[in-house]
Amino acid sequence: MGKAELPLHAPGTKLDRGYIGQSVPRPNAQRLLQGRGSYVDDLRFPRLAHVVFYRSPHAHAKIKRLDFSKGLKSEGVIAILDGRAVAEYCTPWVGVLAHLKGIKSPPQHAIAIERACWQGEAVAAVVAETRAQAEDALGLIEAEWEELPAVIDMQESLEGKKIIHKEFADNICFSRQHDTGGVDEAFAAADVVVEETFEFGRHTGVCLEGRAILADYNAAEHSLTVYHSTQAPHMMQDIFSRHLGIPEASVRVIARDVGGSFGIKVHVYPDEMATAALSVMLRRPVKFVADRLESFATDIHAREHKVKIKMAVSRTGEILAFDLDDLSAIGPYSVYPRTSGIEGNQVVNLTGGPYKHRKYRAKLNVVFTNKNVTCQYRAVGHPIAVALTEGIVDKAAAKLGMDPAEFRRKNLIPDDAYPYTFPSGIKFERLSHHQTLNKLLDLMSYKKLREEQEVLRKQNIFRGIGLAAMIEVTNPSPAFYGVGGARISAQDGATLRLEPTGMVTVMCSVTEQGQGTEGIFAQIAASAVGVSMDKVRVITGDTGVTPYGGGTWASRGAGIGGEAVLLAGRALRSNMLEIASKILNLEKETLDIGNNAIIGKLTQEKKMPLEELGRVAYFRPDTLPMDFQAELTVTRHYTPRQYGFTFTNGIQASLVEVDPDTGFVKLLKHWCVEDSGTVINPMLVDEQLRGGVVQGIGAALFEECLYSPEGQLLNGSMADYLVPMSGEMPDIICAHVETPTLQSQLGAKGVGEAGTAGAPGAVMNAINDALAPLNARVTAMPFTPERILRALAKA
Amino acid sequence: MKAPAFAYVKPASLPEAFELLQHPNAKILAGGQSLIPSLNMRLSSPELLVDITGLPGLSEIKVLNGFVRIGTLVTHTRIEQSPEIKKHIPLLAQAVPHIAHAAIRNRGTIGGSLALADPAAEYPACAVALEAVFILKNKTTERRVKAEQFFKGLFETDLKPGEILTAAEFPVAGKSDRSVFLELTRRQGDYAIIGLAVHNSNFVYFGAGSMPVVAKNASSKKTLKEAKAALAKDLNPPADLYHSSATKLHLAGVLLERAWNMLTT
Repeated sequence: MGKAELPLHAPGTKLDRGYIGQSVPRPNAQRLLQGRGSYVDDLRFPRLAHVVFYRSPHAHAKIKRLDFSKGLKSEGVIAILDGRAVAEYCTPWVGVLAHLKGIKSPPQHAIAIERACWQGEAVAAVVAETRAQAEDALGLIEAEWEELPAVIDMQESLEGKKIIHKEFADNICFSRQHDTGGVDEAFAAADVVVEETFEFGRHTGVCLEGRAILADYNAAEHSLTVYHSTQAPHMMQDIFSRHLGIPEASVRVIARDVGGSFGIKVHVYPDEMATAALSVMLRRPVKFVADRLESFATDIHAREHKVKIKMAVSRTGEILAFDLDDLSAIGPYSVYPRTSGIEGNQVVNLTGGPYKHRKYRAKLNVVFTNKNVTCQYRAVGHPIAVALTEGIVDKAAAKLGMDPAEFRRKNLIPDDAYPYTFPSGIKFERLSHHQTLNKLLDLMSYKKLREEQEVLRKQNIFRGIGLAAMIEVTNPSPAFYGVGGARISAQDGATLRLEPTGMVTVMCSVTEQGQGTEGIFAQIAASAVGVSMDKVRVITGDTGVTPYGGGTWASRGAGIGGEAVLLAGRALRSNMLEIASKILNLEKETLDIGNNAIIGKLTQEKKMPLEELGRVAYFRPDTLPMDFQAELTVTRHYTPRQYGFTFTNGIQASLVEVDPDTGFVKLLKHWCVEDSGTVINPMLVDEQLRGGVVQGIGAALFEECLYSPEGQLLNGSMADYLVPMSGEMPDIICAHVETPTLQSQLGAKGVGEAGTAGAPGAVMNAINDALAPLNARVTAMPFTPERILRALAKA
Repeated sequence: MKAPAFAYVKPASLPEAFELLQHPNAKILAGGQSLIPSLNMRLSSPELLVDITGLPGLSEIKVLNGFVRIGTLVTHTRIEQSPEIKKHIPLLAQAVPHIAHAAIRNRGTIGGSLALADPAAEYPACAVALEAVFILKNKTTERRVKAEQFFKGLFETDLKPGEILTAAEFPVAGKSDRSVFLELTRRQGDYAIIGLAVHNSNFVYFGAGSMPVVAKNASSKKTLKEAKAALAKDLNPPADLYHSSATKLHLAGVLLERAWNMLTT
């Protein structure tokens, strides 16, 4: 770090738990802000070739003829190849998992052979000396197509009159039924039954840095180094190895800086696999960077659900049962290796999640369509489950004339009921719904807001307050993917090494995507070892360097990777104390480490700087006892196993004002109270929440991938696809309840899903609360002015 | 998204620029805020870009006798920050913060926006409402065209090959003149779903057709109710990705009502 030193902690904070719980600035922020980040597109290689893809203009069509002759003559062109040529070097894959019973999907190739199944699917690769030259040649490719019947609408797909994949009898990728029994009886006995159909638009995660990969094959040693904007380097190492036929240990995946991922960069993309294969074929480094148009057409999309939900309630406001029917469309392939069945599966698992009813029935159908593929994007399934649940809960409260907050209080699982098994089968270790609800109502001055709302309504100002309680999947165990046969690691590892000068190097298998992972690892390591933050360096994102692990997804980085760092840090500390005891000739138990020095445990007096310990251990081990070997590099791993997932809980609230003339929604304020266990860095945790809330607001108000009836993506640009922008965002107030998980010593749960999980439901409820006096109601996201005006019978 | 190859020249004088524009596939480059994206998306492929930002005399805001002349290269930001514009052309001053985002306003020019004639853009509607006059020059002659006659259709203007729009002249607003500028966007800086520029009795909509639409029927009415009812005769706005034609017409009525109320209070 330069002379402009960052403060090591926020002013006025206490350091009795080391750096845990402190808003320590991220050590990598300065590097990124000075433009010294190293993203894939920043790398310069000799003999680097650039690849672009010729993509299907049709939603479903047979490739009758591809003519590359003109393109091959274009300046700078190295090769133009079709699916068959690339398939010689890259085997196809099938996106299914054994624990999703009955899931099916056809084999998928890196470049489509014979048939394109969505507009944007790559059918040829053009490799040239520069990207511009490759794009020039792209325009010279001649293709002849035979259009095939396209299935665009998911209801039509379910009906199965037109089948997308001839090898299957229907268009159903995956279906699931869940029934606790007693649901019909509960509905028959209910005083009130509320019912609603909710629709969720297809949208995507828009990363600042598009997908990017640079593959560098070395024919001399039959090895492959891949610089990849990815969340899961080890998973990709395994996949490149198996599909390209290169020994695993000869594949090295390096993810340096990654400019946002949100689940977009944890999947296998055909064009990225093709890029790696092309590097092998051409024996030179090849780079692919998705431009913004390609990102919209080929980055995974998500959501697109239509869900009918019914809830049975007693006269006194007690929820008795939920009944759910979810239909979701995923495009023509289930995405490899996580499958596209997970989102619907999560909706079934999580709907009704915060409440104490015991009867639950759910039906799920996941169908193929001829649109871009969908897969896991931030908060997978949660925004749908939460919005469904909270939307129907508000409807019931209104029907019973109960205050929505009181209705929730009556039904939330009590804080002393844990461990608890939910009717969908999932298990909660320890949640705090009532504490978070109380804290939220306090934080937002709920009563006062309601009074203000009443007063304003009389002046024809239509404000609405929406609540959304939630549970979130974090710290997944092997139950998420591993049990289904996916070679996806649920364990992670950290190596800590004491350097001779008393500095600590941390190498961890969890990756940094811009969210500050490396920052919290430095905090944990510094606290565990007993050094100051400026003594710690963190390395992530390199399969050649770090221990093996899963990477970043499903809110697992802090809870799993952080625990591995903590365990390694404590072990290193113990080893250091052992060495110190040999050097100082004192009992190990009487020593401790603090302020970068060996100190006396009781007296806290400084005995020896760590620099001295390092010097002796590395350069003068001859002065140590003959039978003693110093171990200053320590590796530890961690896997959560006791529970399938470490559930977190929280609650959000949204305050909006709806203009009934224009259908515009103004976001006035947003609150989020979250229990993610031990908070390691409050600033980073709050930013995770806020960023997540903004993505959730995007889903609620702005974002949708629009397709024409023929399956053409209509809004594949930043001008037409509306991401939420700062100007429209409300202040987002965050607060926390801390219920540490007892499965780990760190006690941290994940926080990445919370904001995105709850915001859409909260905003929807706020809009409907605002519209209530006008007898209007909206249930299809995103809530555009058009949809709101239609609900008001003005459009 | 890389532009196809093109030649680029930055002339130092107008005669030199006119000479270059003789090339059959030349395009004028000013702020580049619309042209460069369209090149990168390979929506157009000119052989020659004539960068006019080095031409002298086209970057001034001059208050003259009864009108303000704005040179074609004046950026949106300069208009936004100009005390003369604020004082003499309040409609333009009201409109300019709605144009895109600061980074775009720093480079985008008034001449570029007018010559592109995007039907959803702010300036063309303001120019029509204000009865501005555009100065068009070619190698040999100069002509003056009224804004209303300049806009011919979707991205279509009266500009002839080889001509450069060099300036626009806006009448200085008098004490009794009233202007209102309103537009509806879902996000600050987006193109308007629909917008309305009003100067006295000129009600001009944008985002409402293939070019600025003068609501002649509505503006001739005595009462707001009659005016709103007459609006359908003036406008048949095309649907966009998110809004039907009927919704846009409804929103046009909302803007009419708001503008009307602002002008009469």
